[in-house]
Amino acid sequence: MTLTRPVDEHDHARGSEDAPVTMVEYGDYECPHCGRAHPIIEQLLDRVGDRVRFVFRNFPLTQAHPHAQQAAEAAEAAAAQGQFWPMHSWIFEHQDTLGDDALIAAARSLGLDADRVGRELTEHTYADRVRTDFMGGVRAGVNGTPTFFLNGTRHDGPWDLDSLLAAVERAG
Amino acid sequence: MPDPTAPLAAGTPAPDFTLPHAPGQTTSLRDFRGKPVILAFYPADFSSVCGDQLTLYNELLPEFKRHGAELIGISVDGVFCHAAFREARGLGFTLLSDFEPKGEVSRMYGAYHREWGSSERALYVIDKDGVIRWSHLSPMEQNPGADGILTALESLEAA
Repeated sequence: MTLTRPVDEHDHARGSEDAPVTMVEYGDYECPHCGRAHPIIEQLLDRVGDRVRFVFRNFPLTQAHPHAQQAAEAAEAAAAQGQFWPMHSWIFEHQDTLGDDALIAAARSLGLDADRVGRELTEHTYADRVRTDFMGGVRAGVNGTPTFFLNGTRHDGPWDLDSLLAAVERAG
Repeated sequence: MPDPTAPLAAGTPAPDFTLPHAPGQTTSLRDFRGKPVILAFYPADFSSVCGDQLTLYNELLPEFKRHGAELIGISVDGVFCHAAFREARGLGFTLLSDFEPKGEVSRMYGAYHREWGSSERALYVIDKDGVIRWSHLSPMEQNPGADGILTALESLEAA
């Protein structure tokens, strides 16, 4: 399966646009596997430096994970204030406490306008954005979380650090 | 008798069947005539959540409804197991129990795995007139996702 929606300026991306490998993760903030993948991705990015551009897209399974949608919207709200990645990391490091109050408190601790985040969570300002990510993933063959794409091709198989490093080598 | 391990092809009239969805209550395929039906045969209730096919489909119910389509899951699990599974995962669609005679409907649809003694991971999209428009058999361990279903539903509307 291949990525149907190319990475563009609407995506949350870390690293250089010129990196030879673009890695996209479709993830769910309340999914325990995604929680385990988070530090692995951090280690991977440390190891490969500017060879990889990393992109995160939302794939919340909201019926299975009651806080996944709000967490995704909170990360989008942080992105609107230029702080997507700090919120992204905070959420994965606090998967057991993803209620609205905790998300808003996290926004405050990260120096964001927390009242605005709270308002945007209540109004579901970013619900469509999250759904667009999700549906794009469905059409690209995402069947669970986390799902990774390297230069547009789905990475099927294990995602421990060594496997991902090898996949990055193969991709570029 | 069709091959119980190869899915029925597009253009085939979908064989009718009646199976229990709850203790003492049954559902027939013909009950849904007039709207598209997605049949999802799957090996077993209670596989892991994050990679689970039915969890994904549950998330996509609004999309399926947008196409006017009804989703039905079928496995050889019993009705009480289905009830517990639906409750645990908050599933908002019908699960049918192909339990007695075991796997009869799965066999009829070429979706029975003899070694496992369970349904295969097979998908069908049936049109409003009861004709199979798309079918797909996945390896048992591989969640086929939902893209194929959505593409099939879209082509029903285009037809």
